[in-house]
Amino acid sequence: MLIQLEAEVTLHAVLFYVLGLIILVATGLAITRREPMHAVLYLIVAFLGTAALFFLLGAPLLAAFVVIVYAGAIMVLILFVVMLFRQSSRELGQPAAWGLATLLGVTFLAVIVAMVLKDPGGNVVLQGAVAPPGKFGQFLFDRYWLAVEIVSILFLVALVAIIQVGKRRGTEDIEK
Amino acid sequence: MIVPMGHVFILAGIIFSMGLVCLVARRNLIMTLIGVEVMMNGAAIAFLGASLRWRLMEGQAFMLFILAVAAAEVAVGLTLVVNVYRRTGSLDPDHYDILKW
Repeated sequence: MLIQLEAEVTLHAVLFYVLGLIILVATGLAITRREPMHAVLYLIVAFLGTAALFFLLGAPLLAAFVVIVYAGAIMVLILFVVMLFRQSSRELGQPAAWGLATLLGVTFLAVIVAMVLKDPGGNVVLQGAVAPPGKFGQFLFDRYWLAVEIVSILFLVALVAIIQVGKRRGTEDIEK
Repeated sequence: MIVPMGHVFILAGIIFSMGLVCLVARRNLIMTLIGVEVMMNGAAIAFLGASLRWRLMEGQAFMLFILAVAAAEVAVGLTLVVNVYRRTGSLDPDHYDILKW
């Protein structure tokens, strides 16, 4: 069932490429900013674009979760932690590190692109479909209820770790 | 009809490599955490593309667990960063030498 690539340009395809461009540009700007504050703000744009992309890929519930959890909670958490640091947390510019890391990333990307292009299944045109939130929730708690419980235990463990590590006790002798 | 599945995977791959470059190159622990977040974002896009390709909701379920793990990871990671900043007054991993003697 290979459908050739030159399908007519639909609205969905245009939306996909525009959203992909937005995500790529915002992510690229985010990882190159010097100030973590600016990086986080650009990353919020990238995550909102990702949420729209998820909606396009047929996951409206996950799109809402990405807006709530990623763009809403995680990024605001990072933003507040960035504000906690007294000095502006500029890093020491190390231009050498960029070269090697970019080489690594480009090599990795080339391998991925070669693998995707080699795969004959990669030409299959995705058909639009949507997982209704109610159906998805029922599926999740029907089939993966144990994993959901494990995730709640993971959150509990993370909470205990955060309370323990975040305590101020025992650090006074080390800091000056 | 949306797009060929390969384009979704290539988009996910580009985002993942961007996160990898950020993770390896930056010398600021906050930016390192941001790199991990970007990598998880790329993995999530790949999962959703595969989920749509094979019409299975398992990919979306995995995406939900990725989301949960990312939330827990960033919370614990930021707590560690704050703790280590309190102890050393720096965000550069090269300055962390308390355990050296």
